[in-house]
Amino acid sequence: MKRRRFGGGPPVTEAGQTQSFSRRAFVLGTLQSGVAVLLAGRMGYIAIAQNERYRDLAESNRVQTRLIPPRRGWIVDRHGHPMAINRADIRVDLIPDFIEDKDRLIAELTRLLALPPEEVQRIRADLERGEGFQPVPVAEHLTEQQYYSVKVHEPDLSGVSVLEGYSRSYPAGAAVGHLLGYVGTPNQRDYDAENRNPLLITPGFKVGKEGLEKVMEQRLRGRPGAARVEVTARGRLVRQLQTLPDVSGNALRTTIDAELQAFAARRLGEESGSCVILDCNNGDILALASMPAYDPNSFSDGISHSEWAMMREDERHPLINKTLNALYPPGSTFKPAVAMALMEAGVDPDETVSCGGGYTLGSRRFGCLGVHGPMNLHRAIAKSCNTYFYTMGRRIGIERFSAMAKRLGLGQRYDLPVVSQSYGTIPDPAWKQRRYRQEWSQADTLNAAIGQGYVILNPLQLAVMAARVASGRDVQPRLVLDRYPPARPLPFAAASFEAVRSGMAEVVNGNGTAGASRLPLDGIQMAGKTGTAQVRNIGADRGRAGAAWRYRDHGLFVFFAPVVQPRYAGAVVIEHGLGGARAAAPVACDVMTFLFDKAKAEERLAPLEAQWGGNIAERMARRAAAWANRPAGAPAPGDPA
Amino acid sequence: MALGFLPRPIRELPWLMLICVVAIAGFSTLVLYSAAGGRMTYAQPQGMRFVLFFGMAIAISRLRPEWFKKAAFPAYVVTLVLLVVVEALGFVGGGAQRWVNLGIINLQPSELMKPVIILACAHFYSLLPAREIRGWSAIWPAALLIGIPAGLILIQPDLGTATMVVFGGLTVMFLAGLPLRLFAGGIAFLAVALPIAFSFLHDYQRQRVFIFMNPETDPLGTGYHITQSKIAIGSGGLTGVGFLNGTQSHGGYLPEPHTDFVFATMAEEWGLAGGIFLILAFALILRWGMRVATDSRDRFSRLAAAGLTTTIFFYVAINLMMVMGLAPVVGIPLPLFSYGGSAMMTVMICLGVLMAIERQNRREARRG
Repeated sequence: MKRRRFGGGPPVTEAGQTQSFSRRAFVLGTLQSGVAVLLAGRMGYIAIAQNERYRDLAESNRVQTRLIPPRRGWIVDRHGHPMAINRADIRVDLIPDFIEDKDRLIAELTRLLALPPEEVQRIRADLERGEGFQPVPVAEHLTEQQYYSVKVHEPDLSGVSVLEGYSRSYPAGAAVGHLLGYVGTPNQRDYDAENRNPLLITPGFKVGKEGLEKVMEQRLRGRPGAARVEVTARGRLVRQLQTLPDVSGNALRTTIDAELQAFAARRLGEESGSCVILDCNNGDILALASMPAYDPNSFSDGISHSEWAMMREDERHPLINKTLNALYPPGSTFKPAVAMALMEAGVDPDETVSCGGGYTLGSRRFGCLGVHGPMNLHRAIAKSCNTYFYTMGRRIGIERFSAMAKRLGLGQRYDLPVVSQSYGTIPDPAWKQRRYRQEWSQADTLNAAIGQGYVILNPLQLAVMAARVASGRDVQPRLVLDRYPPARPLPFAAASFEAVRSGMAEVVNGNGTAGASRLPLDGIQMAGKTGTAQVRNIGADRGRAGAAWRYRDHGLFVFFAPVVQPRYAGAVVIEHGLGGARAAAPVACDVMTFLFDKAKAEERLAPLEAQWGGNIAERMARRAAAWANRPAGAPAPGDPA
Repeated sequence: MALGFLPRPIRELPWLMLICVVAIAGFSTLVLYSAAGGRMTYAQPQGMRFVLFFGMAIAISRLRPEWFKKAAFPAYVVTLVLLVVVEALGFVGGGAQRWVNLGIINLQPSELMKPVIILACAHFYSLLPAREIRGWSAIWPAALLIGIPAGLILIQPDLGTATMVVFGGLTVMFLAGLPLRLFAGGIAFLAVALPIAFSFLHDYQRQRVFIFMNPETDPLGTGYHITQSKIAIGSGGLTGVGFLNGTQSHGGYLPEPHTDFVFATMAEEWGLAGGIFLILAFALILRWGMRVATDSRDRFSRLAAAGLTTTIFFYVAINLMMVMGLAPVVGIPLPLFSYGGSAMMTVMICLGVLMAIERQNRREARRG
């Protein structure tokens, strides 16, 4: 049989095979030695020649620079009293990327920190939707005992970060809620907006989310410190190597008088309303209170869903800053501006208009609240006679008094460090054409002359109007204490201001609408103007006491004091308070009293607070408890059933 | 000789080789003690396993090579059946089916196949008449012997072990005297066929090849292994950062610091000195093994001894090349040194058989 062969030459013998084996085994042995030499050489190259490079790499593996969140600058009032401060705090976060066994970890933390089920649920939800890099807050304000119990278990809890840091604290609580805002953990949007600044994802770091905290973020933030730490691949701290301290943020000194702010908030009581007080000579905002409000302390800790729901559904709108973001028809508080326009238009303040209880335009009757008889400017302000303002307003025309209103700050937007301000409307024919594509009518003029119709304003604007009338200066409201050029005088006749001021003084101190709200002080009088704004125009008893709360009229009051050489001006708006004299003026009276005599003002507030059932914090706590214990399935207030 | 007082069976043990083996295993327990963060978690079971397998190797060395020759084919068939069982019953471990649970231990039949394929091929060529060595009949039976288990292991999938089985078989074919041009042709064929075979690889295997070629492109992904391993070796320098001081292994940066990458763990703490010591110890064992092969008189013993030695060589070489970034990450442990019993068992079987052949060599040498 012929066999196919791969090699020519003589057939292979056993001896030849042995020889061939020896040769090939030698080759194999040499090859193996060669590989051994190669490996030794390779190792020498890596370990000796490139030693420095790999040592550096090992170092950068092992050593991490961790940012230390800077302490936030304080916010203080005009006297340096603290309004927002930092409190030493211990917090626990989860770093999702480093978590090994989520369920075990959460169970362990729940046990150690006694987390309520609602929190556990939130942590789970946060972990579900979180990005791996972003820490999920677990708990703040740990007690010493909790701190040690977590610290002891930390080596077994991969992904848990226990930090000794600072948390924001607002001593005045809800009283400064809308004014200062609050801080919170940065979200994805904040992070992207700052070019993925690593500071924003540092556990414990918070940014301003509302109010001054948000607007003044960069100033308050400060510069982060850094710590070089040795860590494991899973992020666990081995030891601290070196620390560069943080530089805390600059303090922000506001124009606010913290005591006055707190008092104003307390005095608003159970009402839904706002109180603005300005220094009428320079525009410093002394108080900017809006109630009810959220407690920025609990918001900064991260608010629970149920608290949030309670606030959203509260018809008193605790989430809205009513000094800036709520608009109201000013009603009769608009009349000082109209009166200023009348004077400047040359109307003789002694000319009388006879009030027979209303004004007839064509076939339409525009009502007055009384039958006042003959009225001059002074008495028309004091009695708030609509007939006078219908007549005179119509005589000078809408353009003139809307221009005056704007000049006095109404409908204007101010240069203020606030997140937003709704500036409302001072209507005129051009505006109506633009807005509704309709001709301006005489009826519109009549409505506007008494602060109704299209006129809507925010309380700060009303306070600015009062301040400008009181001082005769073009004061601009401001929140940050600093040197500003003095406000220039307004280009109007002194007699015009005098006429309006004396009318406003009459309102409180003479035969006027707010006689009940005279200041209980010797030698200091307050001037003001009441206003009642219709919420709904439904028949004769619209908005009266019998109506449902949310259909009742708003009560407004603008004021300044003292009457001679005024120092302070302001505005109070009580939502659905039925009337300015009844609801708003008494608040203004007490707040102004506080400016001159604190003890007396406190004396007057004490019985009221007792009647309402405690201070703000106590009442809020009770409300929250009632909400938490509400019968299951009961519709929430304001639920569209 | 100073050891003359000892009985001959003990005196005639290959002491230098055994000292090297014990030194490697002893060093291993030190490194594993450190890798576990100063605990006996790995070191203790490893030490106990070593003692067990060492005893097994000594026991095997008492057998006669004739016995292995007889057992080669039956062992091959049994191992092959076990491989099939793994496919059928084996459970998934590490993403690949490699284990069969025999109750007390998880047996990895592919591991057993490494020495068995050597013995089977050696037996085959010892049966083949010398003149047949250049014919087809010298090739196809061996090709089948190697190809069937290699294919089964490849579909597990375990590229590393399959490669070692093929290399082991090829080594025996080469030593048996197959024409050189066959090997030259084979290499040329591979150069053409590799790109085609590449397209049949699993995604993760393909990924490993890519990453192997350029680990820095993906330092946190698949290239992480190689990069971290090089960092550990490189940062060790000449004498290392010191026992228990390694940060790469203790910090968890180095993946599998006690198994496949144990050499890097060692290198960080003991430096180049530790590495040279290990390489030298393995080189002495291999030199002893090749001596045993060349000293053998019969064809089976020669082929088996050289083949088994080369199997140990492949283990060491592939693992070290892998951790130093010269070969892709294929999951081959460093025998006697990595934590785990399978590789240790294989190598101890190899050494046991080699010692048995050496005993026969001595006997024949005495006989003249």
